[in-house]
Amino acid sequence: MSTDATTISTNDHTSFLDYQGKYKGIRGWIFSTDHKRIGILYLIGLLSFFAVGVTFGFLIRLELLTPGKTIVDPQTYNSFFTLHGVIMIFLFVIPGLPAVFGNFFLPIMIGAKDVAFPRINLLSWWLYIIGGILVIVSILLPGGPADTGWTFYIPYSVRTTTNVIFTGLAAFILGFSSILTGLNFVTTIHRLRAPGMDWFKMPLFSWALYATAWIQILATPIIGITLLLIVVERVFGVGLFDPALGGDPILYQHLFWIYSHPAVYIMIVPAMGVVTEIIPVFARRTIFGYKFIAFSSIAIALLGSLVWAHHMFTAGMSSTAQYVFSLLTFLVAIPSAIKVFNWTATLYKGSIQLDPPMLFALAFIFLFSIGGLTGIVQGALSVDIHLTDTSFIVAHFHYVMFGGTGFGIFAALHYWLPKMFGRMYNMKVAKVGFWFFFVGFNTLYFPLFVMGWLGMPRRYYDYLPEYTIYHQISTVGSWILITGLIIIYYNLIKSLRSGERITARNIWGGETLEWQIETPPIHENFHEIPTIRTGFYEYKMNDEVVEKEEVK
Amino acid sequence: MEKHDSTAEHKEHGYGIYILVWLGLLALTGVTVAVAGINFGGITVATALLVASVKSFLVLKIFMHLGAEQKTFKIFVLVALSFIIISFVLLFSDYSFI
Amino acid sequence: MNAQEQAAVHVHRDDVGARMGMWLFLFTELLLFGGLFFLYSVYRFVNQEQFHIAAKELNTLIGTFNTIILLTSSLTMALSIAAIQRNNKSLSVFFQALTILLAFGFLINKYFEWSIKFHHGVFPGSEILLNKPKGEILFFGLYYVMTGLHGLHVIIGVVLIAIMTRLTIKGVINKDSYVKLESAGLYWHLVDIIWIFLFPLFYLIT
Repeated sequence: MSTDATTISTNDHTSFLDYQGKYKGIRGWIFSTDHKRIGILYLIGLLSFFAVGVTFGFLIRLELLTPGKTIVDPQTYNSFFTLHGVIMIFLFVIPGLPAVFGNFFLPIMIGAKDVAFPRINLLSWWLYIIGGILVIVSILLPGGPADTGWTFYIPYSVRTTTNVIFTGLAAFILGFSSILTGLNFVTTIHRLRAPGMDWFKMPLFSWALYATAWIQILATPIIGITLLLIVVERVFGVGLFDPALGGDPILYQHLFWIYSHPAVYIMIVPAMGVVTEIIPVFARRTIFGYKFIAFSSIAIALLGSLVWAHHMFTAGMSSTAQYVFSLLTFLVAIPSAIKVFNWTATLYKGSIQLDPPMLFALAFIFLFSIGGLTGIVQGALSVDIHLTDTSFIVAHFHYVMFGGTGFGIFAALHYWLPKMFGRMYNMKVAKVGFWFFFVGFNTLYFPLFVMGWLGMPRRYYDYLPEYTIYHQISTVGSWILITGLIIIYYNLIKSLRSGERITARNIWGGETLEWQIETPPIHENFHEIPTIRTGFYEYKMNDEVVEKEEVK
Repeated sequence: MEKHDSTAEHKEHGYGIYILVWLGLLALTGVTVAVAGINFGGITVATALLVASVKSFLVLKIFMHLGAEQKTFKIFVLVALSFIIISFVLLFSDYSFI
Repeated sequence: MNAQEQAAVHVHRDDVGARMGMWLFLFTELLLFGGLFFLYSVYRFVNQEQFHIAAKELNTLIGTFNTIILLTSSLTMALSIAAIQRNNKSLSVFFQALTILLAFGFLINKYFEWSIKFHHGVFPGSEILLNKPKGEILFFGLYYVMTGLHGLHVIIGVVLIAIMTRLTIKGVINKDSYVKLESAGLYWHLVDIIWIFLFPLFYLIT
């Protein structure tokens, strides 16, 4: 594409927030094809659905405060953990970083004006909202919300009279949204990098998004068809998984996990990308092992696609399958470990600034390591037989998904929100919020490891008295965690309305292109598409690095 | 990268090559129907899949112009196919063994 | 027009990128059907005899005929692009219309096939089907789901091509700008490829 197409008026300093295009007012947002506005629209949806998911989590923990009934009956409890899972996974963690920060910053980081397909980007958001609404509707319609667990295992998902069809269709639509985002990002990275922005000069967040996008494209359709088959089975009685009709329920589990395992890499790889961006900035160092980190993202995507049946070790598979998947599961830990080593090496002899983004990033490394190591433990067949379907597993995946991706999302928020809106939040309050969040998190989830080891099953409404103390510690932990979340939400939202306005381009001393453009960015990001003549993380626009301008 | 020539000349095929490929596809269809009649057991399945793969390759290369596209597209197709094949093989580790 | 308005008028165009996007979308379609092919493979592996028996109830002639129809429609689609490349608008429109016609032929055949089956009481949930051995029930379950989903994609393809035909007539698709037609063509060829695999797996295992 010719470079004249990319030069726009150099006198335009209007921020994208104030830009007046074809539509005015709110229609200028919900019909906007500006990747930055779409990113913010996703952010609103994300934080809203997260709050709903947290509420269900709160209710689950409240019910588990005492053995037997505490606040609700077992049927309702089953719906609670189903909705908690569906909302958190499909509406928060999977879209999460790519949809908000990928959309907002990927084009800027590679020197582009927008993504490859801006209108499809808008469609992705609309599908996300429609999917979310369908989930909410499924709660309210007669039949009640699904009670199958987010895994929709056959045969129960076909037999239950709850609104599985709605929830299944919602997940299908959300999957489509995810596919379109992935497709957009792959094309964007291949086609829209600025002149001189070679593959090995791209920021590592872009590499992470690229690897993630491929998983989104290849794996998501499998759950699409699987959910469709549940709907078809419920409506037409086709019976492809029904043993009475010759079907194999284990085959359902295979199909389900062929997507849902790679899905967890859709969740974690972008978060690792965020951490890779933040650590060097707040250690005042260059990232250690650029190529290793880039390739490890690809390796995780690859290997992560080969391990799905480790969710099925006790389901009734052949021994061969068990051995094969156990071995592959151990392998996938290697590229993740490489990243942890590289982050640590980056911190070594660095000048550590413990600003809020860095606190969240460091917490990520700590929590993800615990989560990851406990994952390897489950990869061992003999141990997994003991631990499967206990709260050990629940603790493990919350450490990686919430301690990992969750903290990654909050790290990204604290890092990039000032850039996106030109408003600074209160750093002291942010740190208070962080500590409540971190302490609450560990208090909530660590007892689950111990309890699971001692035999407490997951998804159980009732439990033996010997587990009570662990449940109580955990529930109190949930209250501390939620306090932290409320402080963080309050702090960030308040900053958007009345936080100190900043126009400084580079408040953290970052080296990627977003820190060299206006705060907030102008409509087309750049006055002129830059030409990159230096190495990675040495990007200069107009041959001048924009230095850090601190905000007091 | 060839980003600059996004509107550049697209390799044009003559009408003839398409007709030739079409005839080839029809012939292969004939082959696969004929073979199906002869019961070679497992080999019949393998032959059917082989013929289908050859037909698909022709459609991909000529009708879909994959042969004329950048190397990137060909790598993409290989990645997608590998994902399917490897998943398939791993899936069968559960069904072909006790 | 001031500079900003002038710049806004220049629309970013990237044909290679457009095709790249469509290819990536095709992969998702391939994998959507891929999941069903996985199911088919496992169930056939476990129920070989019964799949054999069940397949006898399908009409190989109609299946072959449909295969020829779809292969020919791929030809006409490819020819429509070759035509527009040579600035032959009416020929391109002709070939696109022919593609749509052939697609309808395919769908009509499918409709008759399904009707005959329904008439014989062989459909999901029917008594006759439920009384058959499990392998046969699975075969027909897969038959309806896979050919049904495929048929849905044929219909989507028809709509897409019809839109392209209209755009060609209006001149929006022309010698210098035909990537939309190419993308529709890619979609259509994938629909053909899926059938290329469905055909032997359902009709030729006797």
